[in-house]
Amino acid sequence: MTLADARADNPVKFPDIEVAIWRGSEDGGYRTYRVPRQASQTVLDVVTFVQRRIDPTLSYRFACRVGVCGSCAMTVNGRPRWTCRTHVSNVVEDDRLEIAPLANLPVIKDLATDMSRFFEKWQEAKGVHVPTATRHDPIPTISPLETRRAAANAAIECINCGICFSACDTVRWNADYLGPAALNRAWTLANDARDGGHAARLPAVAAKGGCHACHTHQSCEQHCPQALNPTASIAGLKRLTVEAFIRGELT
Amino acid sequence: MNMRLYLVQRGTALLMMPLIVGHLVVIFYASSRGVSATEILGRTTGSVGWAVYYGAFVVLAAAHAAIGLRTIAMEWGGLSDRAASAVMWGAGFLLFTLGLRAVFAVIAPGSLA
Repeated sequence: MTLADARADNPVKFPDIEVAIWRGSEDGGYRTYRVPRQASQTVLDVVTFVQRRIDPTLSYRFACRVGVCGSCAMTVNGRPRWTCRTHVSNVVEDDRLEIAPLANLPVIKDLATDMSRFFEKWQEAKGVHVPTATRHDPIPTISPLETRRAAANAAIECINCGICFSACDTVRWNADYLGPAALNRAWTLANDARDGGHAARLPAVAAKGGCHACHTHQSCEQHCPQALNPTASIAGLKRLTVEAFIRGELT
Repeated sequence: MNMRLYLVQRGTALLMMPLIVGHLVVIFYASSRGVSATEILGRTTGSVGWAVYYGAFVVLAAAHAAIGLRTIAMEWGGLSDRAASAVMWGAGFLLFTLGLRAVFAVIAPGSLA
């Protein structure tokens, strides 16, 4: 019988989890709660238990609970994670969890951060699809085997959770840096044959704080819950911008 | 980092790679063969080839390191663009001067005395 099975069969035998949760805003502190262990319990289950059963004033975000919406990201035992898909058994240390808001973003209250900055960076990186056709035009045929489409597909499944932004050293050090998610988005659009925003996007990602600020630490790739590799996308943007510079299209 | 600084830093890194390999080969050769300082100076003194080789090395290293220090000054030191650029030019000038002095010391020993 595995430990997990044993806990499922007889949860009372196992100790509660001691959960330290960040309370307050930037100058807040940790408050500790005791939460009963459950089989297949996620970190989001733990936070929800605290709010529903112990302290209803606890603020946090979630929506889908199945790893699609990207809204429940928090810092768990020092690492940014999607809490709905993070099993307690995989991250608990000595029956203890420490849950904090995402780093690199201002804290509104408790576990809820102000993500405006994160999404503003998407706008600055021109991470918006610019249509080149109307609904009346025929739908272009794009083979998934095309090199550019394959590059876009490899990076497209971002759920905007902000984990890479929270994990990135360059974001922490450089307030101008656009961050892995926004640059990853720009890369998918740069490879989208239907997009018409290339001319404006390249100068945006080549400007101060753009792709060239990345130090290739690869924390984004390490922590991305979708197993994407924003560092590779940023390297792609570096290549594109250098090529454009050599052609005289970027100054 | 802007585009031009990025290109200069990557470009200097690219150009320095063969120079670094050559430099290491020279060091291993000199140390394994037990070549004395006098013998080394005998070969480098008045050599245009070694002057160009290590002169280019100094220029590339000074530019490359100075741009890196500019980024560190901004990211770790919290310096503004302007202040970090001043650090870059200062560090670049210092490395260029010290490096060139070292090149002169082996190409034209006694010229700095």
